[in-house]
Amino acid sequence: MMTRDFGLSELLFVLGAMRWTILLSLIAFACGCVIGLLVAVLRTVPFAPLRWLMTGYIQLFQGTPVLMQLFIAFYGIAVLFGVQLSPWPAVTIAFTLYAAAFLGEIWRGCIQAIPRGQWEAGRSLALNYADLLRFIILPQAFRIAIAPTVGFMVQLIKGTSIAAIIGFIELTRAGQLMVNVTFQPMIVYPVIACCYFALCWPLSVLSQRLEKRIDAGLTQNASV
Amino acid sequence: MSYVFQFGVVTDNLPRLLSGALLTIELSALAMVGGLSVAICCAFLKLWGPRPVRWIIHGYVEAIRNTPFLVQLFIIFFSLPAIGVRLDANHAALLGMVVNLGAYATEIVRAGIESVPRGQTEAGRALGLSRLQVFRFIILFPAIKAVFPALASQFILLMLGSSIVSAISAQELTAITNTLQSTTFRAFEFYFAATLIYLLMALGFRGAFAAFYWLVFARERRG
Repeated sequence: MMTRDFGLSELLFVLGAMRWTILLSLIAFACGCVIGLLVAVLRTVPFAPLRWLMTGYIQLFQGTPVLMQLFIAFYGIAVLFGVQLSPWPAVTIAFTLYAAAFLGEIWRGCIQAIPRGQWEAGRSLALNYADLLRFIILPQAFRIAIAPTVGFMVQLIKGTSIAAIIGFIELTRAGQLMVNVTFQPMIVYPVIACCYFALCWPLSVLSQRLEKRIDAGLTQNASV
Repeated sequence: MSYVFQFGVVTDNLPRLLSGALLTIELSALAMVGGLSVAICCAFLKLWGPRPVRWIIHGYVEAIRNTPFLVQLFIIFFSLPAIGVRLDANHAALLGMVVNLGAYATEIVRAGIESVPRGQTEAGRALGLSRLQVFRFIILFPAIKAVFPALASQFILLMLGSSIVSAISAQELTAITNTLQSTTFRAFEFYFAATLIYLLMALGFRGAFAAFYWLVFARERRG
C-alpha cells in the first residue's frame, strides 16, 4: 500500500488553506461589523418594537449552535430554492449573521456603558438622535469596544473551523484531507492546531493589552 | 419557491430527536461538573502553585483558548489512538468538552478569586488556616458567586458547542438530526426542529442557572 508522509508539500497545502480561513474570517467580520453596528444602534433606540426585534435576533443566534445555523444556510437554501450552491455563499451568510449577533451585543454594551450625562448633554445641545450617536456616543463607545471586538475575532477565526463539516475547504478541512492521504493524524492535527494558534494567539494578546490600557485610561480619567 | 414544507415527518421522529437532546444534556451536564472541577484546581494552582506548574497551566489555558474545539476533538479522537489511547466517540466527546471548558472556566474562576479582597485571605491565615483551607472555606464560595453569570454563559456556550461533537460521530442531537434528514430528505424541517430544540435547551439552562443562583447564592445573603 502506498501512503505519503506528511512532508513539505503537505505542509504547504495546509499553510495554503490558511488563506481561506483568513479570508472567510475577514469577510464575515467585515459584513458582521456593518450589520452588527446596525443591530447595536437599533438595540438602543427609543422605540421598543425595534429593540425587541433586535433582542430576538440576538437571542436566536446566541441561543442556537453555529453549526445548526450553518446547516440551515447550506441545506436550507438548497432545498428551499432547489439549487445546490457551492459552500461559499452558505458559510458567508451563516458566519456574517453569527458575527453580527455577537458584535451587536458587545457593542450595545459599549454604547450603554457611556454615562447618561453624555446623552443628556447632547440632548440639551439640541442634537437629534443620529447626530448624538455619531458625534458623542459612538466615538466614545468605539474606544471601549476595541478590546472585546478583537477578542471576538479570535472566536470567529476558531468558529470558521466548523465550515469544514459541510466540506468547505479551509484549514481544518485541509487537515482532514491530509490525514486521509498520509494516515498520520498524530502529526497533522497538532500542526493544524499550531496554525490556528499562530493566527489567534497574537490577537488574544493584543486584546488583553488593549483591555489593560483602556482600564488604565479609565481609572486615570476617574481620578482626575 | 415551490417547496412544500412537511413537518409531519419531524413529529413522527420526535422521540429520536429527544433522545439525542437527552444525550446532549447528559454530556453538557457531566462536562460542566468535570470542567468546573478542572477549573477550580487549575485556578488554585495558577495563583498559588509552584512556578513550573503555573507555566504549565498557563500553557494549557492559552493552547485551548486559541485553537478550535473541532480540532481539539480531532486530536483526542483521531490522534490519541496513534499513541495507544483509544476512546469511543461519546467518551472522546466528553473528554474534549471537559478539557475545553476547563480552560475557559479556569480564567473565569481566577478572575473570581482575584475579586475576593486580600484582607479575607490574610484574616484566614492569621487564624492559622492553611492555604488550602483558606481557599476552600473562605475564598471559593464568594469567588464562584462573583463570576457565576460568566460561568453560566460559558456553560451555555459549551452546550451549544456540543453540536460539534457530531463530527466525531457521538450520537447527540445534531448527529441524530443528520441521520434523520439524510434518510428522509427533509433537511430544512429537521434542522429547523433541532435548532428550536437547542434554543429551548439554552433557555432552559439559563432558567436553571438563575434558579440555582437564587437558591445557593442569593438567599444566603438575606439569611
